[in-house]
Amino acid sequence: MLIIDCPYCGPRPELEFAHGGQAHVVRPADPSKSSDDEWTEYLYLRLNTRGVYAERWRHARGCGRFFNALRDTTTDHFLATYRAGERPPTVAAPRSAP
Amino acid sequence: MAESLKRTPPRVAAHRWLEPLPAATRFSLRGGPAARAAASRAFGVELPEQACRAATAGGRAALWLGPDEQLLIAPEVDAAAASGALGAALADIPHALVDISHRQVALGLEGPHAVWLLAHGCPLDLDLAQFPVGMCTRTVYLKAEVLLWRTAEDRVRIEVWRSFADYVVAQLEETALELPA
Repeated sequence: MLIIDCPYCGPRPELEFAHGGQAHVVRPADPSKSSDDEWTEYLYLRLNTRGVYAERWRHARGCGRFFNALRDTTTDHFLATYRAGERPPTVAAPRSAP
Repeated sequence: MAESLKRTPPRVAAHRWLEPLPAATRFSLRGGPAARAAASRAFGVELPEQACRAATAGGRAALWLGPDEQLLIAPEVDAAAASGALGAALADIPHALVDISHRQVALGLEGPHAVWLLAHGCPLDLDLAQFPVGMCTRTVYLKAEVLLWRTAEDRVRIEVWRSFADYVVAQLEETALELPA
């Protein structure tokens, strides 16, 4: 089982967490002024990166808090976790997937 | 909900190691540092600021569940007094105070095998070094969400939503079949 490091509670088993999609998606400040393309991009389009990906996670069966994580989507390795509102930390490049 | 149903304890066979604990008054408190400070004074327990820790004083307890979420537990007879004191103290501070007394029930699990029984369905590291006395947390036990609070080395208080209580009890009893007689 994966061990995920909750920024509030510490290392906890994967079962307690829920995935929340791509992190750092910024809502347009004034949606009524954004074009259809901009709004579509905000609502639906995600990076789906192969490699290091910034994601939102929620410690749903623990403290209940959302936080962000950097995860390598090819190895499922969590490189870092950090609180919502913080900038992603710089991490060493992971080993490439086999 | 009918009064009789609210007060029905979960069905637990006569064990030395598992017992339903008396009904209690419970409040879920959400709020910032100001709300926690005011609640500490009104409730008579210093609300823990350290993650996953519980504090007790005078038969009442405050459990850290999240950075802005605390579970307050008091004897059932204190319901009106605690509710009144908290409501008055928090009146001018942004907060959410919800009476969840009857949402969940408490089970007392004790004995040398208490942690072993829990480990059957709980993925947390329950070793004393990682889960010391006084630690409390929400987690999962098999398919149920539970709150664990280690009140002594070989004693754990389990808080579980009422409708999951029979499931948790049944799973613990089944696991206990492995125990030496």
